[in-house]
Amino acid sequence: MTSEEYADSLDYKVGRTDSDVRDYKVSVRHLDSWFGTKQALKDINFDVKENTVTALIGPSGCGKTTLIRCLNRMNEMTASAAVKGSVFLDKVDIYDRSVDPVIIKRRMGMVFQKPNPFPTMSIYDNVAAGLKLNGIRDKKLINEIVEESLKGAVLWEEVKDELDKPGISLSGGQQQRLCIARALAMQPEVLLMDEPTSALDPIASAKIEELMNDLKKDLTIIIVTHNMQQAARVSDYTAFMYLGELIEYGPTKQIFENPQKELTERYISGKFG
Amino acid sequence: MSNTSERKQIIQDSILRTNARRRIIDKAITVATIACVAAALIPLGSILFEVFKNGASAISFEFLTEPQGSIVRGDGGIGPAIQGTLIVVGLASLMGVPVGVLGGIYLSEYAGTGKFPYFVRFFNNVMTGLPSIVLGIVGYIILVLTIGSFNVMAGAIALSIIMIPIVLGVTEQTVKLVPNSVREAGHSLGIPKWKVTMFITLWSAKNGVLTGIVLGISRIAGETAPLITTILGTSLFFQGFFGPVDALPLRIWRLSQQPYDASHEFAWGSALILILMILSLSVALRYLVLERKFRLRLPPLSLNYSFPIVSGMLKKMRGTKE
Repeated sequence: MTSEEYADSLDYKVGRTDSDVRDYKVSVRHLDSWFGTKQALKDINFDVKENTVTALIGPSGCGKTTLIRCLNRMNEMTASAAVKGSVFLDKVDIYDRSVDPVIIKRRMGMVFQKPNPFPTMSIYDNVAAGLKLNGIRDKKLINEIVEESLKGAVLWEEVKDELDKPGISLSGGQQQRLCIARALAMQPEVLLMDEPTSALDPIASAKIEELMNDLKKDLTIIIVTHNMQQAARVSDYTAFMYLGELIEYGPTKQIFENPQKELTERYISGKFG
Repeated sequence: MSNTSERKQIIQDSILRTNARRRIIDKAITVATIACVAAALIPLGSILFEVFKNGASAISFEFLTEPQGSIVRGDGGIGPAIQGTLIVVGLASLMGVPVGVLGGIYLSEYAGTGKFPYFVRFFNNVMTGLPSIVLGIVGYIILVLTIGSFNVMAGAIALSIIMIPIVLGVTEQTVKLVPNSVREAGHSLGIPKWKVTMFITLWSAKNGVLTGIVLGISRIAGETAPLITTILGTSLFFQGFFGPVDALPLRIWRLSQQPYDASHEFAWGSALILILMILSLSVALRYLVLERKFRLRLPPLSLNYSFPIVSGMLKKMRGTKE
């Protein structure tokens, strides 16, 4: 359903904690997170529907990056990070003791703020890295997937004759699309993007925003962005965070045109942030 | 305020007064640093020049492949020594490189800041400075007396002990330098930690690690003291892992002690061969393995500048390639 329909449906309630987790692709329930003694996330609850783009917005330091890193358990890589609560991917709580974090990361790909292609590998090897290191040997299959992923990241036409060039020889925007292709090669179900265009020029950013629109047909995308206008352009649902709390969550149209909370309204209209 | 303007005046005056002196000191220090560089390079250059000048005349196919004939007449060559060096250094590397590299990876990727890693690092640093003759004597007691004869394995083990701290130290430093973003990118693809470490992090650091390995091999190829007490040196070719064998540093030392001109010529020739072997290893590893993969030039590593000739040769090769 479109975001307008969702805004009118009975389904929609902020912070509703008893909604059935099975209806959603990703569900966050009572998520808390600390760095040492400082609490970075306070009782976060929201649901993400499949095949949508959800944007997390908020001023610096509000916890958006921490939240998105908690979604695929990347947060654990940081020293002194602690997490309490649940994140459900389909029906399964990824923080359950029986779940292997490595498998979760295969299902939820991540694209980082600063493009980080593997420095000593060629373009082809960069995209194929995830496949090869996960035991896939069939060269034909790898070739196919590399081509598909590069096409999916709208990079194929530009690099198809130069797949052996080192990944770092590309421009910033191309590198970021290479990182997206690398993440796509793993056929993830969810793509997490942490400020993917903040280090890019407007033309490259526009290309990546177009990309998101195409990709959401097959994946669910969650994106963190500093740029409110980008959130308004690109996302179906928006979550506004402030100082570690989820203040408001809803269809983008509704958040930007008719925010329910005053804090949201003040942020949207640029009174702070 | 008059105070501030007075202060400004005082400072301006002081700057003008010391200006001339400052310029002279500037120039003097520039000259001094250049002189120090020259002082460092000239002896190295002259050594290489002497070796090439005196050793070139000894080189021939016979020299490289035949065992020693009559010392007085200068028959034969240093074939066994070349073979022995290759065997002993090769064996030592086979043992030392994996231990050094994996140890370096442990310290960089898996160790925290506890007591054990601290102890490992400290101990490693101490071992880098271990006098090789001490190692030779200990090696004699532990490895030679127990086996009953001077043997190849003893020499290889002693050399590998010299090599490990060097490789470990360099590996740790270069792997640490790999930016965290690379590791995160690897992890985000759902690759287990050991694979990220070995195939992504280590692969990104392969420049530095290979340089460390070449440094280690070059160092042990020239070590004499531990070889005196472990492999003894012979005039025969390789006879088995538990018998003695010859090596270039040993041969150079023994030949130079003989009173005959022919032996001295052989000694210079051996020195030349040893230096050429080390140089070609360095060049081969850097140029063929690392640079051929990408036509982009990789940034040179300062650790390798103990071989200025290598850089010169590399430049020449790159010149002809372009």
